[in-house]
Amino acid sequence: MLEVRGIRKVFDGFVAVDGVNVTVARGDICAIIGPNGAGKTTLFNCITGHLVPDGGEVRFKGQDIAGRPAHEICRQGIARSFQRINIFPRLTVFENVQAALISHRRRGRELFRPVVGLYQEETLALLDQVGLAGEAEAISGTLSYGYQKQLELGLALASQPDLLLLDEPTAGMSIKETRQTIALIERIARQGALTLLFTEHDMDVVFSIAQRITVMHQGRIIAEGSPDHVRNDAEVRRVYLGKAQ
Amino acid sequence: MQRLPWGLLALVAAGLLPLAGSRFYLYLGTDIAIMALFAVSLNLLLGYTGLVSFGQAAYFGIGAYTCALLMMRAAVPFVPSLLAGGLLGAAAALLFGYFCIRLTQIYFAMLTLAFAQIVWAAAFKWNSLTGGDTGLTGVPFPAFLDSPVRFYYFALVVVGLSLALLRRLVGSPFGRMLVIIRENPERAEFIGVDVRRYELAAFVIAGFFSGIAGGMFGVFNHGVFPDFSYWTKSAEVLIMTILGGMYTFFGPAVGAGILLSLNMLVTSYTEYWPLVLGLILAALLFLFPGGVLGFVEARLLRRHHQEARDA
Repeated sequence: MLEVRGIRKVFDGFVAVDGVNVTVARGDICAIIGPNGAGKTTLFNCITGHLVPDGGEVRFKGQDIAGRPAHEICRQGIARSFQRINIFPRLTVFENVQAALISHRRRGRELFRPVVGLYQEETLALLDQVGLAGEAEAISGTLSYGYQKQLELGLALASQPDLLLLDEPTAGMSIKETRQTIALIERIARQGALTLLFTEHDMDVVFSIAQRITVMHQGRIIAEGSPDHVRNDAEVRRVYLGKAQ
Repeated sequence: MQRLPWGLLALVAAGLLPLAGSRFYLYLGTDIAIMALFAVSLNLLLGYTGLVSFGQAAYFGIGAYTCALLMMRAAVPFVPSLLAGGLLGAAAALLFGYFCIRLTQIYFAMLTLAFAQIVWAAAFKWNSLTGGDTGLTGVPFPAFLDSPVRFYYFALVVVGLSLALLRRLVGSPFGRMLVIIRENPERAEFIGVDVRRYELAAFVIAGFFSGIAGGMFGVFNHGVFPDFSYWTKSAEVLIMTILGGMYTFFGPAVGAGILLSLNMLVTSYTEYWPLVLGLILAALLFLFPGGVLGFVEARLLRRHHQEARDA
């Protein structure tokens, strides 16, 4: 479904991502791990249209989407969440997700129909799915960090993506929140025909849900394969896992 | 409290103004109505889309010149001329906006200002068309509006209809897309919103209604001058909007009422009116963060919550 070939991104002479290849098949749950500065987020940004890669191609469902604007890539069926909270802070939780639905269903061009009440049920169902049913009327900017992360997920899911990219979905969460979020992600991935690509720092999380793991270090891929394979890879242990334990 | 149709009440009150029988108030009322439309149209950009247009007077001026020129040189009746003023305002907004939305924040603001100054310079120098420095004087009052009361009611109807339309627009799915662009344009992009296209659409709509306001103002004023597009005009309407409250629909209209009333009041008492007006404005902005109407709404909302809790 997603084929990244030789992606390269340079910032002022610093090579952040250096010829990376990643393949994600339909239904896969893939993780990208690596130390800070390994280039994980940059890679994500190149896939989702946030950044224009300096080289290589990103094929999604057979089409090269590298360098396309973000909104177009979203329309093709790739949604993402962000490492840092990225929501519409002064709107309610309900309005956040409702807006994502309006955009996804291309209803934003309607100028004279009232927005109130639009997609009431779908929005509430989605909020229920990400565990925010009780917070629908809360101003999203005032929510706890954990809830805001869940809203991030809700926004991404609202566009019914074929491929969902999650950038550190549990970053900054307490252990309890992390567990809840992981359970949530697992449930969503299992329910829908969702393909998942995520980055994560918490190794317990990665090894518990990922089917395939790609390890990045200094902009390059140093290992790739099943969790067991990666866990036992000498290079990975040296630069990453070893240090963490 | 929240349920009262404030807009309608204000319209009814405004409709009763001629009963006061004062030409002075009638003049002030017309002025406020027209500027209210101008300010609310600016606020579609400022408060709803999060775009700081510092050159909204460009479209006001273009609307004014278009309407006046059509009436004076081509003897086109007032209503179609006014509509043409709005349409040309929208066309200019489409052209200028195409470039402006490629920039963000302060750079966006500077470019809107630059385009407005170009319009002003054209109006100032293009003598054969615009009359240059002396402007277009003696813009005829259309026969069917040939009394201050009639013109006042005409302005009320046009402004009322325009505001109703704009109100409907900001409450639509389109309006919601504008608001999420204001809140977080980056995130909006990533849920599939073509941010630039929506920004341009908002810019064009704002240009249309600014043009309508300008067209009416030129006739009301019996003359159109390059000042209509000067940066001070853009600043004036920006102040009205912020003063009244940019996060409320009617805030800019309230701001127009306050600023023009104060202006009228203070100039009649002292020759140092810019100083006094400046001090009053500074005080108001400090006293009412979020604008006058924004402040009142927040108060009402708080009381509403209090009552809900007590019940």
